[in-house]
Amino acid sequence: MEYLQQLINGLSLGAIYALIALGYTMVYGVLRFINFAHSDVFMLGAFAGYYLGRELPAGTLGGGLFVLLGAMVICAILGVVIEKLAYRPLRGRSTLTVLITAIGISLLLQNTGQLIFGANPKSFPKLFPQQNFTTTGGLVISSDQITVFVVTLVLLAALHYIVMKTRIGTAMRALSFNPTAASLVGINNDRVISFTFALGSSLAAAGGILYALNYPSIDPLMGTLPGLKAFVAAVLGGIGNIPGAALGGVLIGLIETAVVAAGGSTYRDAVAFAVLILILLLRPAGLLGKFQTEKV
Amino acid sequence: MLSRSQYYLIAALVVAFGASWFSRSYNPYFLDIALTCGINITLAVSLNLINGYTGQFSLGHAGFMALGAYSASLMTTNFGGTLLPLVGGQSWMLFPLALYVGGLVAAIAGLLVGGPSLRLKGDYLAIVTLGFGEIIRVILQNIDAIGASRGMIGIPSYTNLFWTFGLAAITIYTVWALVNSTYGRGFIAVCDDEVAAEAMGINTTRYKITAFVVGAFFAGLAGGAYAHFKQYIAPQGFGFDKSIEIVVMVILGGMGRMPGVILAAVLLSILPEALRWFAKSDELTHIIRVLFSWLSPENYAVAAAKTKEVFENRMILYAILIIVLMIVRPQGLFTWTGKRKTT
Repeated sequence: MEYLQQLINGLSLGAIYALIALGYTMVYGVLRFINFAHSDVFMLGAFAGYYLGRELPAGTLGGGLFVLLGAMVICAILGVVIEKLAYRPLRGRSTLTVLITAIGISLLLQNTGQLIFGANPKSFPKLFPQQNFTTTGGLVISSDQITVFVVTLVLLAALHYIVMKTRIGTAMRALSFNPTAASLVGINNDRVISFTFALGSSLAAAGGILYALNYPSIDPLMGTLPGLKAFVAAVLGGIGNIPGAALGGVLIGLIETAVVAAGGSTYRDAVAFAVLILILLLRPAGLLGKFQTEKV
Repeated sequence: MLSRSQYYLIAALVVAFGASWFSRSYNPYFLDIALTCGINITLAVSLNLINGYTGQFSLGHAGFMALGAYSASLMTTNFGGTLLPLVGGQSWMLFPLALYVGGLVAAIAGLLVGGPSLRLKGDYLAIVTLGFGEIIRVILQNIDAIGASRGMIGIPSYTNLFWTFGLAAITIYTVWALVNSTYGRGFIAVCDDEVAAEAMGINTTRYKITAFVVGAFFAGLAGGAYAHFKQYIAPQGFGFDKSIEIVVMVILGGMGRMPGVILAAVLLSILPEALRWFAKSDELTHIIRVLFSWLSPENYAVAAAKTKEVFENRMILYAILIIVLMIVRPQGLFTWTGKRKTT
């Protein structure tokens, strides 16, 4: 029973990592760089939820969903703005230049956040109705954990539909396959990139709110560690690979919970990095990724 | 026969020694800033070898610094009692030994980190080095014998102007001589085009590891000097923020451009003090306060506090600097020619 309980906790943590990891992997797919600022979009999603949640009656299903959608829209807009202002002028420059800019954006969001929201942690409101379900075996599942599972599954299904069935999703896949060829067949690359940022950022916002529901203390630096772990998840699954990111997220969530359950809670933040180093050494393309040789 | 650069090195050491002779008569506040400058120059120049000349983006320099700081401090605090009488109670004989041990520990860590992770490129390498830096911090935080997250106290105050600027001079000389030697052209070749370098018979992995080990060694020395200057070290002080601070110095000065990086290190060491002074001055901050009071018109006092916060939070400034520089002047602030200069 103890194992099953930890499994459920691990899965709910992993689902959140998966949502964030999808943003990393999609941006990497179209632009081939790691969007360091993604973890801070996640943080801003949680703060958007906090401020929206204060205006609405807490503990109702409708209100909670409204807050979730509101935060997703806010962060989608934010993601597009960041891409337009900071990354678009750097199109075609070296990876290092873009990476350094992304670190700059991340620092800017964190520190402006500290200035505006204050550095002290805030307690996140209970957006959804609260109830604990106990099964016959003594398993405890909170309603917030169920929310995490349901929201994640719905979002993953929606993402799958968008990427696989719609025109813009096809364009995204074409762009990540070959940007030059994509623009030759009439795809507006800039628009697709903007859309990818909007999609990734809204998923990060959803992840931020779900994270804050389960760990209801939010502060402007909260994004760093979940963000890094989600990045590890994306690499673990094979960066650029959407199902891989979801799988990696769940695995990282499970591994982290297992380490904590085994008594290594002070090392929980180092575990993800150890996994990253191992995966990069043993299978750099990730679990589901294809290995590519460098062409000159 | 000594070469010209060796004369410069000796001259710099003599000047540092001379300046440090009179250090008691200097204003302690300015002495403090000067020592910070020296340590930051060492850190920035050693990172410049990795990030600039060799083109490998490392985000874990503070981790190496932490290892050096802790090892050197353990040497002087634990073995100081037994070793000092052996050298006649002269701390100037013990201190370089402790620094050297700190540098060696950091260099070994650099070898351990560099070996496996340098098979990676660009952003992957950045993340892995960040990860290593964090792992070092987490491990230090979990060792109770060295104070865990409370930090280490009671480190003797050995660092003076001679040690910091002597160290900076040696670092500058070593990195400069290394990069400008026949052997050292390999670093620049790796940076410019790894595939082409490999095709020319350059062992790129070996060059990358060399850069990492040498960079880590000097970061460790700087860490030791830092510990014996502040007399207190804590794992939190060697986190991601510290690494970023060093990276900003290198980016600001221009990656792979020695004079610019030195200048940037000095500027960024003075900047926090300048900002503090700026935040205190009423006339200078008035304009910004007025701007802030437009945002919250009812409260001038809040605006004043926020202004102070903006000026004291240098990370915001660093962030804006990084973004604007990357878009407008990726070659760094102090470089006027487009091409990298190695001399």
